[in-house]
Amino acid sequence: MKILSSEITPYKAYLNRRTFIKGTLASSLITSFGTPSLAHHELGNDDFLNQLEENDSLNTYDEITNYNNFYEFGTGKTDPAEHSHDFKPIPWSVSVEGLVKNPATYYLEDILKGITLEDRVYRLRCVEGWSMVIPWQGFSLSLLINKFEPSSNAKYVQFETIFRPEEMPGQRRNVLPWPYVEGLRMDEAMHPLTILSTGLYGHSLLNQNGAPFRLVVPWKYGFKSIKSIVKIRFVEKEPQATWSFVNPREYGFYSNVNPEVDHPRWSQASERRIGKFSRRSTLMFNGYEKQVSYMYKGMDLKKYY
Amino acid sequence: MKSKLVICIKEWILKNTIKDMTLSTKMMSRIKPFIFILLLLPSLLWIYKLSINNLGVNPIEKLMHNLGELALQLIIATLLVSSLAQLKYLRALQNLRRMIGLFAFYYVLLHLATYIVLDHYFNWEFLLKDVLKRPFISLGFISFLLLIPLALTSTKAMVKKLTYKVWKDIHKLIYIIAPLATMHFFLLTKADKKEPMIYLLIIFILYAWRIFIKVFKH
Repeated sequence: MKILSSEITPYKAYLNRRTFIKGTLASSLITSFGTPSLAHHELGNDDFLNQLEENDSLNTYDEITNYNNFYEFGTGKTDPAEHSHDFKPIPWSVSVEGLVKNPATYYLEDILKGITLEDRVYRLRCVEGWSMVIPWQGFSLSLLINKFEPSSNAKYVQFETIFRPEEMPGQRRNVLPWPYVEGLRMDEAMHPLTILSTGLYGHSLLNQNGAPFRLVVPWKYGFKSIKSIVKIRFVEKEPQATWSFVNPREYGFYSNVNPEVDHPRWSQASERRIGKFSRRSTLMFNGYEKQVSYMYKGMDLKKYY
Repeated sequence: MKSKLVICIKEWILKNTIKDMTLSTKMMSRIKPFIFILLLLPSLLWIYKLSINNLGVNPIEKLMHNLGELALQLIIATLLVSSLAQLKYLRALQNLRRMIGLFAFYYVLLHLATYIVLDHYFNWEFLLKDVLKRPFISLGFISFLLLIPLALTSTKAMVKKLTYKVWKDIHKLIYIIAPLATMHFFLLTKADKKEPMIYLLIIFILYAWRIFIKVFKH
């Protein structure tokens, strides 16, 4: 590992920032959760950094929380941080529908009961050509799916973001058809790398990052990692996904990170890591090729982009 | 300088309230230095902000966007100014057009330099592919190329040398550049097309107005 220690947010600074944030910005959010376990650390500093690969260094908390694509709060990169203060992620319930044994609505606390949150350091590659490295806290989606017991007909999972135009100013304009939906094939959803995240950098997700919980699929473009989920639906046929519905020529259902398949309007061969000056080559499946490529064996990835 | 501006504004208000609404060339030449500074300032501010890392989390993208947006606004502003200058009282606005046009070119150059130097660091192979393959980049690049003759022939000496008629024909290129540059912006916008649509609408209204006046005059 060739990471300069100066490139990494020192753990102390990160803890200090946590204290600062707890004390000011998000105090109401965190205290009203009542369950600090939403983003409890299981790993120590060294374990945390062990998850980083060569040439990777963590993006700062500041970067991760001030540069977001979350059109529900506006289309500008700083809109989510600036216009999400009215959003109330508590209390939260999730409706589980479709081909499952017990379709029902669950409180988030009940869903999280008995689940151990893990630290996962993932690269996030946006379709627009920038990327970050984010220390998430969350758990494998498969844990949850197994709890719900989907039937064997369930081939896909669809997720839906909450629709609350009164709290989400971006939803008051029809920039996209609301609510935002996304989907995964069942094997992708069950893959151990696919997580539901409840926190980052050791505390609960802020509204702009998809509070109170969101999907993170590290080998797909960022827009697949749907935020502020209220519905999980198990279905037989490939479900609708917002961007690919709006513009099927430009955004496919799979949207796996692939430097060889260009977006019609821009190249996907390289990316700018936020905080770094020069561009770097984009890696196949965002660098998770070893872990995930078996799921796409025999598939023409130019056709199923 | 400040007192000059105050005097100028006072004069204009006085004139307006008393009898004549006409913006005189004298007043125009007094205002001009202030507009020059006003148009130069954003570039200095952004370059300064870039140097102290105060342009947000993705400063290169932000700088490129700011420069491009202002360049486009200034291109449209030259059209607007010529239209307004057709009004009897605002004829003096004519004298502003060249400066705004040259500033548009200045911001286009900075925008392009950001793309070539900061965004892709002289990766010519990639840049060439980008220009040829990506419609929005192609449109931006064509707009830039078409602006060059306008910038080169912007001096009074050039008008004389070329004769006014030829010079005017060359500068009609702006009617192509404005919609091309706007489409460059339109195509790179992912979902929220409001801003480029507003620009297209302004251009459409200005063109319609020109055609109307031409037809009406004959």
